[in-house]
Amino acid sequence: MKALVWHGKEDIRCDTVTDPEIQDPRDAIIKVTSCAICGSDLHLFHNFIPGMMPGDIMGHETMGEVVEVGSGVDGKLKKGDRIVVPFTIICGECDQCKRGNFSVCETTNRKRHLADKAFGHTTAGLFGYTHLTGGYPGGQAEYLRVPFADATHIKVPAGIPDEQLLFLSDIFPTGWQAAVQCDIEPTDTVAIWGCGPVGQMAIRSAILLGANQVIAIDCLPERLSMAEAGGATTINFESESVLERLKELTDGKGPEKCIDCVGMESHVMASLPDTLLDRAKQMVMAESDRPHVLREMIYVCRPGGVISVAGVYSGLSDMLPMGAFMNKGLTMRTGQTHVNRWTDDLLRRIEEGEIDPSFVITHTVPLEQGPEMYQVFRDKRDSCVKVVLRP
Amino acid sequence: MFHFSNIVRTKGDPTIVEGGPSLKRPVDQLARALGWFSIGLGVVELLAPRRVTQTLGMEGHETMVRAFGVREILAGIMSLSVEKNAGLWARVGGDGLDAAALLSGLTSDNPKKGNIALALLMVGGIAMLDYRAAQDTKPRRPPRDARRKLYPNRSGFPKGIESARTAAKQIAAHAKA
Repeated sequence: MKALVWHGKEDIRCDTVTDPEIQDPRDAIIKVTSCAICGSDLHLFHNFIPGMMPGDIMGHETMGEVVEVGSGVDGKLKKGDRIVVPFTIICGECDQCKRGNFSVCETTNRKRHLADKAFGHTTAGLFGYTHLTGGYPGGQAEYLRVPFADATHIKVPAGIPDEQLLFLSDIFPTGWQAAVQCDIEPTDTVAIWGCGPVGQMAIRSAILLGANQVIAIDCLPERLSMAEAGGATTINFESESVLERLKELTDGKGPEKCIDCVGMESHVMASLPDTLLDRAKQMVMAESDRPHVLREMIYVCRPGGVISVAGVYSGLSDMLPMGAFMNKGLTMRTGQTHVNRWTDDLLRRIEEGEIDPSFVITHTVPLEQGPEMYQVFRDKRDSCVKVVLRP
Repeated sequence: MFHFSNIVRTKGDPTIVEGGPSLKRPVDQLARALGWFSIGLGVVELLAPRRVTQTLGMEGHETMVRAFGVREILAGIMSLSVEKNAGLWARVGGDGLDAAALLSGLTSDNPKKGNIALALLMVGGIAMLDYRAAQDTKPRRPPRDARRKLYPNRSGFPKGIESARTAAKQIAAHAKA
C-alpha cells in the first residue's frame, strides 16, 4: 500500500509499504477513505518532538471502512462498518478509561517504558506520533491497523460526507475540550491564541458553549477572516498590541478564559525578544518548547481565570511567570484530548446541523501529494488552513 | 529493496517495500554538509586556536580565533536547523569576517603568508558555496504583502451564528433553572 513515511527532518515520502496485518485479536484493519494533516504533525516534520524513527508512518486523523476484524472484537465492529479513528488508542477497561480520561489510558502504549521515563507515567498510545506514545503506524496511508479496535473507534452513519466527520478524530474534540475545560459562563470573554484548525474549532466550541465574547489572535489574514466568520473578534498580533487590544475589549479586566491553540512552536518576531531567545535555545537543544503564548496568557488573563492548553508541548519550557500565575490565582488545564468522551455529543451536533466542521478544509489532494502538502501547510502557502488527503 | 529502517520495525508493522521521492533537494544536502563543516571548523578554532594562529603566522590572535570558533559553531547549528537559510547567511557574513582577518595578517614580514593565501582561496571557495546555498534555500513562505484568499463565509454554523448563540443561551438558561 501507499503511505506517508517519515524519513527525517523535513523529509516525508510517499512510500510503498507492506499492508498492515491483524496482530492481536482486538485489532481491526480499515481501508482509509480520508485522512488529514494535523498542525501537530508539523512538530514531527520539524523533528522537534523526540522519538521518531525513519520508516514511521505519519497521521492521526483518519476514517475509513472496516475490512477485517480480529476474533476479540466481540461483535462491536464488523466488516463494512464506517468508522472515524480517534487519535488516542484506548482499551476502555483500565482505571483511566473508566474515568473517561482516555488520553492517559494505562494499557495501550506498547512502549510505555519510554513514556514512563519521559513523563513519569505512561500516556495512551497514539497513531503516528513518535515511539514515546507507542510507535504505532499512522493513518496517512491506504490501510490502517486499529489496535484495541473494539474500543478505539467512533461509528458514524452513512449519508454524511467524510469531510463533516473526519475531524471527530482529533481537531473538533480537541477544540471542544479546550473550551469545555474553561467552564465558560455566559458573561465570559474567551481569548484564543492561534487560528489554525484547532483554534478555529475552539472558537466555534466557545460560541456553542455560550461565551459572551470570543477573541481570536493570529497574524494570518486568511485565518483571521475564518475566525471572524465563526463569530470571533480578531487581533492581528503583527499589527496590533495583543495586551492593549485585550484591555480595550475587556474594559481593562482581561479575558476570564484563555485558550492556547499554538503550542511549542510559537511565532518568532524581532519585536518579541523572548521568542528570539526561545528559538535560539531550541536550536541548541537547551529548551524544547517556545512558550511565548503561555507567558502572554498568564500575563493577560483576568485574576481567578482559567488557562486551557490544547497546543502540543513536548518537554521543557523556560521562564514561565509562575509568580503571576500563582498570585493571580489562575487555573491551568491541559491534556491530549479524551476524544471518545466528547464524540457522541459532537456527532449529534453534526447530525442535527448545529455545526459543520468541514468549513476548515482548504485543500483536498490525493495521498501521493501529501509530502508537498506538508510544505505548503508549513509555509502557509496558498492560504492553506487544513489539508485533507484521499488515499 | 533493503531499507535500514525495516530492521527496527515492530514485528507485524508495515515495512518499506519501495521508497518514494524525497522532499530533500541537492541544495538541502549542501546546506547540511556546510553546517557540519562549520561545526567541525568551529570546534578546531575553539579548542586549538594556537595551532591555527601558528599555521597562519598570526600569533597573539588566539582570542579572536576562539570567538570565530564560537561563531562557526552557532552558524553551523543554525544551518542544520529548520532555519537553515538564516544559518547560511550567517555563514556568508562570517566568510567576510574570516577574509578580513586573514587579509590583516597578509603582511610582507609574515613568514607564513603562503598559508594565508591558501586559506583566503579556501574561504573564497566556501563563501561561493555558502552564497549559492543561501540563495537556493530561501524560505518559500509567501511575502507579507502577498494577496491571500480570505474565508469570510466559512462560519461552520449551517444555521448561522445567531442561531448557535441563541441555542447556547437557551441551554445555559435551562441549566440555571
